[in-house]
Amino acid sequence: MAQMLLLSRKAACNAHGQDSSYFLGWQEYEKNPYDPSTNPTGIIQMGLAENQLSFDLIESWLERHPDAAGLRRDGALVFRELALFQDYHGLPHFKKALANFMGQLRGNKVELQWRNLVLTAGSTSANETLIFCLAEPGEAFLLPTPYYPGFDRDLKWRTGAEIVPIHCSSSNGFRITNRAVEKAYQQARKQGLSVKGILVTNPSNPLGTSLTHAELRTLLDFALAKDIHLISDEIYSGTAFAGSPAFVSVLEAMRAHPLNVDLADRVHVVYSLSKDLGLPGFRVGALYSANPEVVAAATKMSSFGLVSSQTQFLLAALLSDNGFTARYVVENKKRIAERHGRLVEGLRRAGVECLDSNAGLFCWVDMRHLLLADTFEGEMELWRKVVYEVGLNISPGSSCHCDDPGWFRVCFANMSAETLDVAMQRLQDFVASSSRCGGRGARGLPRGPISFARWMVGLSSSRDRQWSERGY
Amino acid sequence: MQCATNPNSNGKLSDLATSNTHGEDSPYFAGWKAYDEDPYDAATNPSGVIQMGLAENQVSFDLLERYLEQHPEATGWGCGISSFRENALFQDYHGLRTFRQAMATFMEKIRGERAQFDPERIVLTAGATAANELLTFILANPGDCLLIPTPYYPGFDRDLRWRTGVNIIPVHCDSSNGFEITPQNLEAAFAEAEAKEFRVRGVVITNPSNPLGTTIRRPALEDILDFAARKNIHLISDEIYSGSVFSSDEFVSMAEIVQARGYKDCERVHIVYSLSKDLGLPGFRVGTIYSYNDRVVTTARKMSSFTLVSSQTQKMLASMLSDREFIGNYLETNRKRLKERHEYIVEGLKNAGIECLQGNAGLFCWMNLAPMLNESTREGELRLWKLILHEVKLNISPGSSCHCSEVGWFRVCFANMNQQTLEVALRRLGNFMVNRRRS
Repeated sequence: MAQMLLLSRKAACNAHGQDSSYFLGWQEYEKNPYDPSTNPTGIIQMGLAENQLSFDLIESWLERHPDAAGLRRDGALVFRELALFQDYHGLPHFKKALANFMGQLRGNKVELQWRNLVLTAGSTSANETLIFCLAEPGEAFLLPTPYYPGFDRDLKWRTGAEIVPIHCSSSNGFRITNRAVEKAYQQARKQGLSVKGILVTNPSNPLGTSLTHAELRTLLDFALAKDIHLISDEIYSGTAFAGSPAFVSVLEAMRAHPLNVDLADRVHVVYSLSKDLGLPGFRVGALYSANPEVVAAATKMSSFGLVSSQTQFLLAALLSDNGFTARYVVENKKRIAERHGRLVEGLRRAGVECLDSNAGLFCWVDMRHLLLADTFEGEMELWRKVVYEVGLNISPGSSCHCDDPGWFRVCFANMSAETLDVAMQRLQDFVASSSRCGGRGARGLPRGPISFARWMVGLSSSRDRQWSERGY
Repeated sequence: MQCATNPNSNGKLSDLATSNTHGEDSPYFAGWKAYDEDPYDAATNPSGVIQMGLAENQVSFDLLERYLEQHPEATGWGCGISSFRENALFQDYHGLRTFRQAMATFMEKIRGERAQFDPERIVLTAGATAANELLTFILANPGDCLLIPTPYYPGFDRDLRWRTGVNIIPVHCDSSNGFEITPQNLEAAFAEAEAKEFRVRGVVITNPSNPLGTTIRRPALEDILDFAARKNIHLISDEIYSGSVFSSDEFVSMAEIVQARGYKDCERVHIVYSLSKDLGLPGFRVGTIYSYNDRVVTTARKMSSFTLVSSQTQKMLASMLSDREFIGNYLETNRKRLKERHEYIVEGLKNAGIECLQGNAGLFCWMNLAPMLNESTREGELRLWKLILHEVKLNISPGSSCHCSEVGWFRVCFANMNQQTLEVALRRLGNFMVNRRRS
């Protein structure tokens, strides 16, 4: 009998943060996807943080500028030049345009130096690269909860780093307090972990909120006091519509800090065009740092995940068109704001509130009052109902490591307005019938401890689903 | 809050970030620098450094350009509102099915249809650099090792070791048998690994070989696979130059060996490929892992999240590579041109009194300058290399940078420049040899 051929420990630990409930929701959606004409009773996908609201703007730009996608400059093919270009410093024309665009997204309150940008295949790669650069295996980063589930894989899998949560709670709108950060730091110490930094997402996924000046100050002060790094994933920076507090980048907060010189080496920003421009397939991510050692090391590491020169060329042209980008940013925000409002209103009519937010492609929805039990089992039961009975695939807070059961992330920018209305109508009907029938849903799914256990067993043996950023 | 500022510490980086395992501090990179500072140009800088250290394929671009001129739809998204947005949203780590199918077809065509590739086993990565690192993460733990026959591609030192923490133990090959890999060499390397208390996880071969420019013969491939089976380890076959074999029937892929064995015990075999050399598209970042091991395929797919291929690029190349007539013609023409270029340089070197290893593939020659060394040492080789770089103004790659255990060998590339430049380079080298013999 042949001896088993071994794979590495990293290969064997296949779980790497994948949440089973997430996959079940995906499975159900894929089996039965909503379509207004062909499948009006199907499941509506609301677990996907994609921006599908502004493609027409980019499409019309492409039509007016055929050279960009056609690999031409002034009509002549520059194919050869691009095909050979694999310099890990990236296309300067593209980096300049990207730096400029990122400055625009920050209201031009900060100017980014294009040489401080490192291009990577998506922010997935940028985040992992930063951890490789800043932490030894076994060292830890503190992350405020709730956070993007993908971080469990992106930050820990191949790097061997650890995540220690900064517990935020609904009692204060999930704001990050100095006390919570300190507590997390001490918790890490208790676990024998050396803390290398804090990683925040601003605007937040899944909350959709922007960090306040006070929170930013807390984080910067803490990084200085403990001599650690601060990574700010600002992938949703272009989705921040008007509101209070407005989006403030950590770069802006640094400027205002009395010790800004000491901060320069320890604050790093991550960005990507996957959310603001809706181009996740093109794999365009970047990390920005004023620390030359970080830039140097990360640049070399980017060899393992470079951006296609064909794509850099296209986006250099797009982002260099300042007239276009200015109009795009404004119009995109307007549409996101409208769609956000539509979701909030629809939820309200169902008697459901969400966290007050001003950014992101989703809302953080409070369904605690619909729980039969104020526990995570209760949350799972409600989630199951929403998927099977209401036909909406939304994301349970537990998958984002939320401490308080009953919160759900609901996306609004990956579907048409009509579909959103259908989803809201369904939710309203469900809530209405729930209160009438004392909690029993239309499809009468069995409830109770035995059936729940069976369902959990079903989860763990469910067919392995692909993990991709599609869900988040 | 009182903030203590520490002027000496402003956020330390990891050991990984500050180590030099990326390899860029090696003398080999000085050659790059010299070229960057003084690059040859026929018109504006005729006495500049000619870059012969870059394994790029520039001989067949016209074929690709003509294809794009004749098929503008390949780079667009066509009519229909969904096409652009569908492509822009596509980030599925399975990769575009049409593209995987096109890659499978292309790989089969390169092997003269002697091997079959299942598109479901193709995992896409941003270049072979990423593919090789990914496989290492999957097959080995930090502290383990991989056996690699020398001389080998200098990039492996970074790609396979840097972030993975895995070691490389060389399998010493030499010119006594044309640098062929033998069971004895493999066993010796295995014993060395054991003596160092490294757990061997696999063998990595590059076929055709970089820097040798030769294909590995069938009996040697059988021996290597038998060795891997005997030791119950993995076998990675980097076949990135498979489309650059001058006569297609001289290349035997590990895929053929596996098929001939009825796929028995093939879960240890993994093939790496990329479009950087055969198609000359390193900028587009298109690499692939083809594994006969289901768990490796599944894990690699998930891990490829860190290094996906741009969907825009997948779409364009799916069009191009699905055109069977085009790829058939491309492969044949490309081979022919490389063969001609190779013959030209070998002849030129011969006239200059320089012998090369008899090559039949790749974008370079493995030439022997041992007779020219003042002393048969690594230092002697580096001195000669520096001389050629600074006086002859040719950037070639010294064998030591490829971990060759025999001194005096150099890799010289011939496909990254036009014919005229190659002429100039050969003339310079010829003059250098004449002068050297005189003195």
